[in-house]
Amino acid sequence: MLQGKVALITGAGAGIGKATAQLFAQNGAIVYAVDIKGLDWVADSGFQKTIIPIELNICDFHAVKEAVLRIKKEQGKIDILANIAGLISYEFMSMIDFDKFRMMLEVNVVALIYLMQLTSRLMARQHSGSIINMASMVGAKGAKGQLSYSASKGAVIAATKSAAKELAEHAIRVNAIAPGMVGSDRFKAVLAEKFAQKINDIPFGRLAEPEEIAQLCLFLASDASMYITGQVIGIDGGITM
Amino acid sequence: MNNLDKYNDIFAQVFGAKVEELGDSYSKENVSAWDSVHQLNIISLMEEIFDLMLDPEDIMACTSYNAGKEILAKNGIEL
Repeated sequence: MLQGKVALITGAGAGIGKATAQLFAQNGAIVYAVDIKGLDWVADSGFQKTIIPIELNICDFHAVKEAVLRIKKEQGKIDILANIAGLISYEFMSMIDFDKFRMMLEVNVVALIYLMQLTSRLMARQHSGSIINMASMVGAKGAKGQLSYSASKGAVIAATKSAAKELAEHAIRVNAIAPGMVGSDRFKAVLAEKFAQKINDIPFGRLAEPEEIAQLCLFLASDASMYITGQVIGIDGGITM
Repeated sequence: MNNLDKYNDIFAQVFGAKVEELGDSYSKENVSAWDSVHQLNIISLMEEIFDLMLDPEDIMACTSYNAGKEILAKNGIEL
């Protein structure tokens, strides 16, 4: 589905980002897998020629720009940006750590917008492109005990819709994915017990697998979604029904 | 076509400007058509023709023919 396409994926060290990088490569894309660390898996992935790991902090604008210029130099284009990197927190309003909150906004919102700004300038020249932003169901619905995280994901949704309006004239599509509860390794190891009751509230009765979210990324990255832009697509096992 | 010709051609493409019009006074203040959309078009062509990726501050600073020259010089493009 992605033969000949060039993708930049952030947060590719683990979870949804890693699953998306693998799935994109399986579907023929050349993938630049970005994360601050944790990209050792690429060496054993079987896709060493088509997944190129780049370790950087996406809050470091200089490093991000260098990476985009490198992709431009090596491939001549970027077809897909998947903004998957993100920080998450679970805090009641009265217990918000504002240093952590500022950092979360830097990663979840500011860096995401900067990546859209840079890559869309390349995409505009080729008059095509797909940008996929990882939001969350709590960005649209809110969540008790996740004010700061939901605020950052609400900003992702707003940024997605505004970018879609601004970039439509260049045939660049911008969509967001709003997962429910995802069974990443970290979630299963640390938080599953804490959220056991909430998992029972999911109509499908289980967490999403990162690979299931990656499948939606694949659809939005591919020409199968050619006429879709400015949308926030939920993938949550029915929890927001 | 040398770099200066390429640079002048950007203004021909964006504003339909003739070479003899381009100079110190060719700026946002004096060219009524010079709005933010045209400014982005100038930047986009500069990036494409000279194989650059300009910083946001350069994009905002590109408000005249001369400013554009300075931005190119800063990025290693001799005119």
